[in-house]
Amino acid sequence: MEFERPDFSLAAAEIFVAVMALVVMVTGTFLRRISRELGYALAQLTVIGAAFITVFSVDDPTVRYTFGTMYVSDWLGQVLKLFIYLSVFASLLYGRLYLIERRLEKAEYYVLMLLSMLGAMILVSANNLLVLYLGLEMMTLALYALVAFDRDNGLRSEAAIKYFVLGAISSGLLLYGMSMIYGATGSLDLGVVGQAVSLGAGDELVFKFGLAFLVAGIAFKFGVVPFHMWVADVYHGAPTPVTLLISSAPKLAAFALAVRLLVGGFFGLAETWQPMLMLLAVASIVLGNLAAIAQSNIKRMLAYSGISHMGFVLLGLLAGVTDGGHQQVFNAYSSALFYAVSYALMSLASFGMVLLLARTGFEAEHIDDFKGLNRRSPWFAAMMMLVMFSMAGIPFFLGFFAKFAVLEAVVSAGHTWLAVLAVIMSVIGAYYYLRVVKVMYFDEPMDRTALIASSETRVLLSANALTLAVAGLMPQGLMAVCGYAVLTSF
Amino acid sequence: MEFQTVVFYLFGAIAVAAALGVILVRNPVHAALCLVLVFFSSAAIWLLLEAEFLAITLVLVYVGAVMVLFLFVVMMLDINVDRLREGFWSNLPLGLLVAAVLVVEMLLVLTGDVFRQASSPPALPTDASNTESIGRVLYTLYSYPFELAAMILLVAMVAAVSLTLRKRKDVRYLDPAEQVKVKAADRLRVISMPAEKE
Repeated sequence: MEFERPDFSLAAAEIFVAVMALVVMVTGTFLRRISRELGYALAQLTVIGAAFITVFSVDDPTVRYTFGTMYVSDWLGQVLKLFIYLSVFASLLYGRLYLIERRLEKAEYYVLMLLSMLGAMILVSANNLLVLYLGLEMMTLALYALVAFDRDNGLRSEAAIKYFVLGAISSGLLLYGMSMIYGATGSLDLGVVGQAVSLGAGDELVFKFGLAFLVAGIAFKFGVVPFHMWVADVYHGAPTPVTLLISSAPKLAAFALAVRLLVGGFFGLAETWQPMLMLLAVASIVLGNLAAIAQSNIKRMLAYSGISHMGFVLLGLLAGVTDGGHQQVFNAYSSALFYAVSYALMSLASFGMVLLLARTGFEAEHIDDFKGLNRRSPWFAAMMMLVMFSMAGIPFFLGFFAKFAVLEAVVSAGHTWLAVLAVIMSVIGAYYYLRVVKVMYFDEPMDRTALIASSETRVLLSANALTLAVAGLMPQGLMAVCGYAVLTSF
Repeated sequence: MEFQTVVFYLFGAIAVAAALGVILVRNPVHAALCLVLVFFSSAAIWLLLEAEFLAITLVLVYVGAVMVLFLFVVMMLDINVDRLREGFWSNLPLGLLVAAVLVVEMLLVLTGDVFRQASSPPALPTDASNTESIGRVLYTLYSYPFELAAMILLVAMVAAVSLTLRKRKDVRYLDPAEQVKVKAADRLRVISMPAEKE
């Protein structure tokens, strides 16, 4: 192989974020005395700057490669990146007061946040098994540290250790699968792997063996049953701004991991991995919804609801190929992307509400803490109601159209029973979402303290929740973006 | 016998003996030192395979860094050896069973078709350098993952420092920079006083 000078401009957003992470680190070390606000301001500027770079590089929808073929620049990556920026932006903004009140506002927090985002960006644009793995590790290593950031709190450390150990195991599974694929094809490049798989070059048994490990690794990162053990504990134990981040950006990155590996690399064996995803999806939708009912902690409830939502994303991914026909591919994968993006938006708003209610020495982790929110703040009670309705999939909110698109793809792939099961479990799931609405409106408030939040947080949180309603009335725009992203990227 | 074969068996025997030593000696520090010997012998075997870069990395990373760290931990933890050895005989049957299963599995894999090679790979020309060829691809074709690995190490450093660095408030210490900057006027103040008479 000859070496060509890579086209760095395609990876401008990644390079910018990497440099800015270093800038935040250095200024945080040497200019700490000048301004405590600097780290926060620089981190937000970085996220906004990266978003500008990404937006201005999407005018050309062709798929382009750089660094050999290790980095791919396509619409799928750009759309996912934009939502990852949004997650980090929201996590920084919603969580600012929380961090200041708990004396966690340090430059290292922002450095780790930016490096985690960088890992997610690299993962999203990876076209090589090695780069996929490195991006994943960068993202999750920074997240482990962020979970443990409040290091004197035993709950945080416990969650971080659980996350770290299980994350390391899942990385091991993923690497084992990758080594099998490398052994069978002699290449780490996903394009070459994809060709070898669809041509049947190489031992099919080795491919399937490696594929099983890859699917297990992906399932771990999605947090779907039976690889969900870490989800509730980590969501519960992490500081809420970090929980907010873990529930959004890494899920989008996991979606990219699944699509790049399964659709990009293993499309030829789709009939093999679809049943695997089906088992995972059914188990997650059933267990996630049933276990969420029993929770009294809202972070744990949202964790289990997240498990069932990830099951829906898998439903979209498994509806692509039927009887060797590829007609469904476009609808199925774009519905899965639409679902992942909608879930990220809903998750940001729901944890944003938890953060809004938290104050010094009080975490607002229990569903009971939402009691009588209507008396304390009618506006934010209404916003929370929008979020819960959207998560439950009540028409005509964003969550409804996300579920609708996925179920439509599943039915047209011929799995009607799967769609029926998903609908039944969603109806059961509606109970715990509506319970939150019930305690907000019909129960007496436990405390009547006024909500403390900066005006930016109030505006963005309201905008976030209202988006769920407005995008529910006009889902065509977002759907078209998702469809276009899938169409141009494969 | 060829010279290479002799060297291979020599280092192979040392590696196996040292590996047995790791699990048989009583003192954990001695066990760690035996493990160092295993790594050294494996590095020598790698040299025989013309993989000199891997051999040097093994010595540098495992012997130089990992095992030293391990020795530190062993020495600091003050492990009670006798308590670790409790229940050795009662666990032996299970251990032997697992070992037997492992041996059978490895035999099945190694005698199967997958690892049977038609011919041994041709020897490299005498002027070929393993290190140079790895360096060539590492800094060209694989420069992107190489840089990413560097960033991951940075993440690890930032995480480790932010999770463990503590400023203790109950320790009194002197800042050398402040000490150096001190002037005579800071230490000694000459004040003029009217002379007093008895």
